[in-house]
Amino acid sequence: MSKLTFNNTTYSCPDNATVLDVLQGHGVAVPSSCRSGLCQTCIMQAVKGTPPAAAQKGLKDTLKAQNYFLACSCIPGEDLEVILPNSGFARIKATVSHIDTLCHDIVGVNLDCENPIEYKAGQFINLFRDSELARSYSLASVPNQDKQLTLHVRKVPQGRMSSWIHHELSPGDVIEISLPAGDCFYIPGNPQQPILLIGTGSGLAPLYGIIRDALAQGHSGPVRLYHGSKFSHDLYLVNELRELAQEFENFSYIPCVSDEAVTDSSIRSGQVLDVALADYPKLKGWKIYLCGHPEMVKAAKKKTFLVGASMKEIYADAFVSAAPAISKLAAVNPI
Amino acid sequence: MNESLFQKLGGEAAVDAAVDIFYRKVLSDERISGFFDDVDMERQAAKQKSFLTMAFGGPNNYSGMDMRRGHAHLVQRGLNDIHFDAVVENIAATLQELNVAPEYIADVAALCETTRNDVLGK
Repeated sequence: MSKLTFNNTTYSCPDNATVLDVLQGHGVAVPSSCRSGLCQTCIMQAVKGTPPAAAQKGLKDTLKAQNYFLACSCIPGEDLEVILPNSGFARIKATVSHIDTLCHDIVGVNLDCENPIEYKAGQFINLFRDSELARSYSLASVPNQDKQLTLHVRKVPQGRMSSWIHHELSPGDVIEISLPAGDCFYIPGNPQQPILLIGTGSGLAPLYGIIRDALAQGHSGPVRLYHGSKFSHDLYLVNELRELAQEFENFSYIPCVSDEAVTDSSIRSGQVLDVALADYPKLKGWKIYLCGHPEMVKAAKKKTFLVGASMKEIYADAFVSAAPAISKLAAVNPI
Repeated sequence: MNESLFQKLGGEAAVDAAVDIFYRKVLSDERISGFFDDVDMERQAAKQKSFLTMAFGGPNNYSGMDMRRGHAHLVQRGLNDIHFDAVVENIAATLQELNVAPEYIADVAALCETTRNDVLGK
C-alpha cells in the first residue's frame, strides 16, 4: 500500500483509491470538478516520488516535467508527497552581486544564492522587500551558462519595489526570494519545431533565457524573437541578441518600435504582435512563448491560437494566475 | 455515458483532435465568443475538453445539477437558446471537419440536447 503525504500528514492509500479520494476522504479541501481527468481543476504537484503517467494525461509538457498531476486520476504506484499548486514558495536568501544598467529604465540585477538552486530558464521568482511587499520577476539567466540569477527590473512610475531596486539596492545586500516556479520554459525533444517568441519591455528577460537555453540544447528549427517597445531607446540587449543571431543561423531577432518613426532599417515599425503575425500568418505546429504587457499577452494567446498554434504549445508567463499569495499582497499594497 | 457512440467517434483521440478546432470556432463565433473569452485560455480549453467528452458519449461524472450550477453565472449574463444552438452547431461543424459520419453527428447533437434545460437553468 502506498503512502501519501500532504501538509505534514501521511495517509495510507487503499487499492485503487485516487489521491483525490484519499485527501477528500480525510476532509482535506482539494478543488475538483469533473473527476474524470479532464478539467484539470484538481491539479497538484508531487514534491517527492513520481506520479503515474496516467495522472498526467493532457497536461502541458512543462507541467509534466515538474511532476504536476491530476489528483482525480492518480492512483499512486509509490509513496508520494504532494502539495497544492504554488503552495511551495519556500524562501531563500540571495546576495546582490552587481546591478547593470540595460537601458534608460531597466536594470539587470544579478544574484548569488547561498546554495546552487535548480531552475529552468524562463521561470520566475518572487522577490521580497519586506513582509508586505513582494513582486514576481522572470529570470533572464540560464543554468549551466550563468553563475548567477539575473532579473530585469523596469522602473515603474511610483513603483515601490522597482524604485527601491533602482535607487537603494546595492551590491552586497542580502534579500529574500522564492524558489523559481512557472511553466514557461524550453523542453527538449522536438529540435526541429519552429519557435516564435514575442515580448514587450522587460518581458524580454525570460525569452532571452529560453532562447539561449534552446540553442545550447541544440535546437535546430527556426527560433524567431520579436521584441517590442514604444521607442527605440527602450530596446535593450540589442548587441547581445544580434551577436547571437550571427552565431546561430536558425535564430533571428526582430526589434519593433511602435510609437516613433523608425530610421534604422534593422528595426521594424509597429506593434510587436502585428509585426510577428504579418511575418507568420499561419502558426500550425509552432511553439509560442509570450511575455510582457498583460494586454499584449492576452491578445497574442488568442491570435496565435486562432491562426493554428495548439493551445498546449502556447506558453506565457503566469504571474497573474501562478502567484495567488503575491497578488493578495499586491492588492493590499498597490504598486 | 454512451460507450458505443464514444468508441465509434474514436474515443479520447477524437476529443483531443476536436478540442482545438472547436475552441477556435467558438472564439471566432460572435454570437457566443463573449462567453468563452476567458483570460485563462488553457483552463477554458480544459473545460471544453470535458464538455466534448460528455457530448461524445464519453466517461464523465457530471450530473444535471452540476450542469445547472456550472452555468448559472452565464444564464445571469443572458445565456439562452440561441447560444446553446450556436454551440451545438459549432460541435457539428467540428465533427464535419474531422470527417465524422452524419448519423454520428446527429447522435452527438441529440446527446447535447439532453442537457439543454439544465444548462439554461430551465
